[in-house]
Amino acid sequence: MTLNRRIFLGTGAAAAATLGAPAVLADGHGKPRVVVIGGGAGGATAARYIAKDSKGGVDVTLIEPSRTYFTCFFSNLYLGGFKEIDDLGHTYGTLAAKYGINVVHDWAVDVDRDAKTVSLAGGAQLPYDKLILSPGIDFVEGAVDGWSLAAQNAMPHAYKGGSQTELLKAQVAAMPEGGTFAMVAPPNPFRCPPGPYERISMVAHTLKATNPTAKIIVADPKEKFSKMSLFQEGWANHYEGMIDWIGADFGGGAVSVDPAAMTVSIDGEETKVDVCNVIPAMKAGRIAEMAGVTEGNWAPVNAADMSSKADPDVHVLGDASQQGDMPKSGFSANSQAKVCANAVRGALTGSKVFPAKFSNTCWSLIDTNDGVKVGATYEATEEKIAKVDGFISATGESSDLRRATYEESEGWYAGITADMFG
Amino acid sequence: MLRAVFLPAVLAAISVAGAVWAEGFGDAKAGARVFTKCKGCHEIGQGARDRIGPHLNGIFGRRAAAHEGYAYSKSMARAGNDGLIWTAETLGAYVENPRALVSKTRMSFRGLKDAQDRADLLAFLRDYSDNPADVPEAEPTARATDHDVDPAILALKGDAEYGEYLSSECLTCHQQDGSAEGIPSITRWPTEDFVVAMHAYKRKLRPHPVMQMMAGRLNDEEIAALAAYFKDLE
Repeated sequence: MTLNRRIFLGTGAAAAATLGAPAVLADGHGKPRVVVIGGGAGGATAARYIAKDSKGGVDVTLIEPSRTYFTCFFSNLYLGGFKEIDDLGHTYGTLAAKYGINVVHDWAVDVDRDAKTVSLAGGAQLPYDKLILSPGIDFVEGAVDGWSLAAQNAMPHAYKGGSQTELLKAQVAAMPEGGTFAMVAPPNPFRCPPGPYERISMVAHTLKATNPTAKIIVADPKEKFSKMSLFQEGWANHYEGMIDWIGADFGGGAVSVDPAAMTVSIDGEETKVDVCNVIPAMKAGRIAEMAGVTEGNWAPVNAADMSSKADPDVHVLGDASQQGDMPKSGFSANSQAKVCANAVRGALTGSKVFPAKFSNTCWSLIDTNDGVKVGATYEATEEKIAKVDGFISATGESSDLRRATYEESEGWYAGITADMFG
Repeated sequence: MLRAVFLPAVLAAISVAGAVWAEGFGDAKAGARVFTKCKGCHEIGQGARDRIGPHLNGIFGRRAAAHEGYAYSKSMARAGNDGLIWTAETLGAYVENPRALVSKTRMSFRGLKDAQDRADLLAFLRDYSDNPADVPEAEPTARATDHDVDPAILALKGDAEYGEYLSSECLTCHQQDGSAEGIPSITRWPTEDFVVAMHAYKRKLRPHPVMQMMAGRLNDEEIAALAAYFKDLE
């Protein structure tokens, strides 16, 4: 490798041609360069697959501010007491040491698509041949009347993994006897469609043990939600009388909050609450907007390779992308990352590019050993990522099956985190 | 409710685990029935071969991972190096909760919680171990898995490079190092077993919805490619 590189650098294009290297995109510099922004299910996976499969042939830089990444998936299980916070934390040492990825813990603050550079908060400028954006979500300002990021301590969103999740758990633990937990659920589309309802289940599980007279109110701007019949069946079975879900039909979308007074107003009726989990409307992580690849709240992409509709050298993965039928989930981001990695590596090194295949499964826990799941497979069409086939758990399943489903979700967590972080 | 019933049952099972051998072996005939849970992966009896799991003739008294020619998980190999010998006591503990004894075993089995089932199974296994000359004459169990697959499909030679690409979809759940933690290991299976299993999912003869969906859109060449890739994965 060292030898190849020396020849390549020394004699330029002629040597590149004889070596069969695709000189196209590595023009003027040695190895082709990929910069990945965001070290979650999309970004970490893409970085790892490009580095692993190119065997050092592509220079991969991963930009992620957190030194320890706390997954948002499975954070509800922490709220329910099924996981410790440390179970959800992952570091990037293996990606650097085993796969040779240049891991930079900094914020990407700007992208210049003409110069093909990324600016970091620390001042550095990183050139790229291909840029992969996987920044996750940010919140739409003013989406919930009375709430802003400044109020996230009083009324946490807990919809990005880590400290917010810990805060919400501590607030639930500190609720007075018979107190009220409120959730303001988000409108579509949003990260992890079953997430808010699994969270309600996990908070109910905790309260049932510690504070059984407590109440849960959910104000929801939607008329229906993911796995609705499964959750409603589970809530009736395990938490009868504890959960009051107010959908759009009953004014669940007409909500305002007052973080100072700790009140929630739903359809004109004001309630004093002890904990208020506000999950606002979402949009692509801010850097996607800075890069100029968003339309409205999300970044439209081509289904075949996850490239931005605005720029073939920029790819957008996961929650931030607008791709069609896939739900915004860690599983989806991981699946999209592999399709993208295959295409990017093919473009940069001439490796074989295989047709895109996508899949997703979302597991949710309703109570101890009561797991359910929904999943689908997808294909790339001209227009979008289109659903091919799918399934969902049935109501009334046996307790053995529900337990196996939960155990399977634990296996999936071990699998996907190994697939992301090495 | 579920939890209240479940926990004491497990604790009781654990507390008697060590007593299985002390109480003696169970009924080998009943054990043959229990063995149906094992035979998807293990053969036993005359002519038994290694399949997804190693054959189990002569298991008693053998050191873990000592059977030559079978590619054990790193964890099992380490347990063998550490001196794990298969006795009634250790086998009893292993079949009760495989991962509790060998944490990253590739054996995708949740465990036998019933002490009588374990005692019966051990009696059955011992019949194939005690005195090799007396191994009962019978067709090996677990010959050819669950379903018929066209020999032409089984004869397909898989493209391991394509399999590597396709495998990325499997590795969101199944672990590359072969550990099984609630989702089965799929590495180092004999090609035939892999192909037969995938076609059984594709035809919805095997019951798992995720696997039916995933296998459902793989063609014969793709299944062969995956089998070829996973077979040799270290």
